[in-house]
Amino acid sequence: MSEIRPELKYLVSHEWLRVESDGTAFVGISDHAQEAMGDLVFVETPEVGSTVTAGEEAGVVESVKAASDIYAPVSGEVVAINEELEETPEAVNNDPYGDGWMFQIKLSDPAELESLELLSAEDYVAKVEEEDQ
Amino acid sequence: MLIYEKSQAGRRSISQAPITSTTNTKVSDIPEGLLRKKKAALAEVSEMQVVRHYTNLSRRNFSIDTQFYPLGSCTMKYNPRGAHKSAMLPGFLGRHPLAPESQSQGFLACMYDLQEILKEVTGMKGVSLTPMAGAQGEFAGVAMIRAYHDAREDFERTEILIPSAAHGTNPATAVMCGYKVREIPVDKNGDVDLAALKEAVGPETAGLMMTNPSTCGVFERSIKEIASTVHEAGGLLYYDGANLNAILGKVCPGDMGFDVMHMNLHKTFATPHGGGGPGAGPVGVGERLLPYMPTPIVGKESVDGKDVYRWLDEKDIPQTIGRLSTYMGNAGVLLRAYYYARLLGREGMHRVAEYSTLNANYMMKRCENAGFELAYPGRRATHEFIITLSSQAKNLGVNAMDFAKRLLDYGYHAPTTYFPLLVPECWLIEPTETESPDELDGFVEAMIQIQKESEENAEMVKGAPYNQTVRRLDDVKAARELDLKWSPAQES
Repeated sequence: MSEIRPELKYLVSHEWLRVESDGTAFVGISDHAQEAMGDLVFVETPEVGSTVTAGEEAGVVESVKAASDIYAPVSGEVVAINEELEETPEAVNNDPYGDGWMFQIKLSDPAELESLELLSAEDYVAKVEEEDQ
Repeated sequence: MLIYEKSQAGRRSISQAPITSTTNTKVSDIPEGLLRKKKAALAEVSEMQVVRHYTNLSRRNFSIDTQFYPLGSCTMKYNPRGAHKSAMLPGFLGRHPLAPESQSQGFLACMYDLQEILKEVTGMKGVSLTPMAGAQGEFAGVAMIRAYHDAREDFERTEILIPSAAHGTNPATAVMCGYKVREIPVDKNGDVDLAALKEAVGPETAGLMMTNPSTCGVFERSIKEIASTVHEAGGLLYYDGANLNAILGKVCPGDMGFDVMHMNLHKTFATPHGGGGPGAGPVGVGERLLPYMPTPIVGKESVDGKDVYRWLDEKDIPQTIGRLSTYMGNAGVLLRAYYYARLLGREGMHRVAEYSTLNANYMMKRCENAGFELAYPGRRATHEFIITLSSQAKNLGVNAMDFAKRLLDYGYHAPTTYFPLLVPECWLIEPTETESPDELDGFVEAMIQIQKESEENAEMVKGAPYNQTVRRLDDVKAARELDLKWSPAQES
């Protein structure tokens, strides 16, 4: 069973979101997602300064098996990206919730956190289990 | 080993030939400034070295000419040598693409007939042979959908709907043509989720792109309802011809309600496929898109009671989306398709569909009986089917890739692995119509053996292949540290 961190929020498309107290949030993909993708060979993050919209594509992850879009869990401006991933995409496989973070968004509308259908860790576990059926 | 690594300064391939005055001839009509200053970095090897190098390389090739090659969704079938030979007739090979129509009547007649044959096979009203490959055919098709809506000043249509079972080229095409992609889920039986489709269609729907049979290896049962749903909303239906082999001569995309489609002649019509080209991706269109077809198209007129063929261009089709290439597609591939279609004839055409489907269903049943898990049990396979090796991966630690690699040791090319993405640890198996039962049985026997090996010695299977030219490649390293360029050793 893959690791699912209780303090994070998730998307059905397997991204995680960690909201910080300064109105920003970090985004990555879940342990389950990296496991399903296999060894990553390429991560494309959005550009710093660009605007992303909740539910829309913000980047791409590519493994030897498949390529998959990364969706922005919330809307806002990209204030930082994990530049290390360009050289070491395997950080996502090794530490999806830590060194494998992908980008940081400054939320344009914090109220979105309530209105959007973000999954709690519990709901996400249920969703992953349902997929495994 | 690269041929460059065998290079020895001064060695020539014409080593036995006497040195003549041509060796140092200076080409005088090229301006000095354009002549290279440094010698080209070419391998300097003997004739025998060249012959052995390439012959040995070709012997390492795994091809349909040497082994069974059931690569799903790719249709790696045998392409009759006769079609190849006919396309290589000197009259065709020697014809310049700019030769006048009066001196190209033979070629044009073949192309006209091919257009007619493809129209009949697909139930379309018009065919343009000009797209050079499947992707260009898709582009032409969606560009026509766009031209159609634009001509009606219906500018609100911004979305193309694509089922999740689609080939990756479909969304890429839609985006290239300026549309947004909306994905429609597929249910657990492999059918398009009709409720989701009905919710998604609307005034912003430009069209729907679909492969039928889909990459799930099943025929979309609700196609009529899908077509009417999209049509009622004012959208058009695009048929991706990737899996045309399964329905050739049996069902016409035109009858299913499709307005436009492309055909991969390099899959279905006798051109080897998978080598990266050249290909041919003709488009077929229904009534509504006839005015927008890409040019040139071959037309036929009667002059003094004689058939005369000529190119139709912008003057004949003023609303055309235009040209896609310098001439008209890849002539050699189109000729092969023409000959193949004539070899099969009307009677043979539907046998392609019947035998490819029969072979797939036979293999599917044998796999099921041998204990392999089908992705869509209870569904009849089309020309291909999917098994999932999830339980092997979970219980034995042997995944779909390990199974596939071990299969090579048994002399069979692996099927498509990990596609479609909807099915975990999957194999997409397409035997094609040209295989004998012996071959199909042999493949299933090998699978049964590998299953046994996985239960007894999983580590051995995970290390496969053992008897190939190369062992298991590190595909992660290859992708992460891409190295495609060979550089000559430092010149002395």
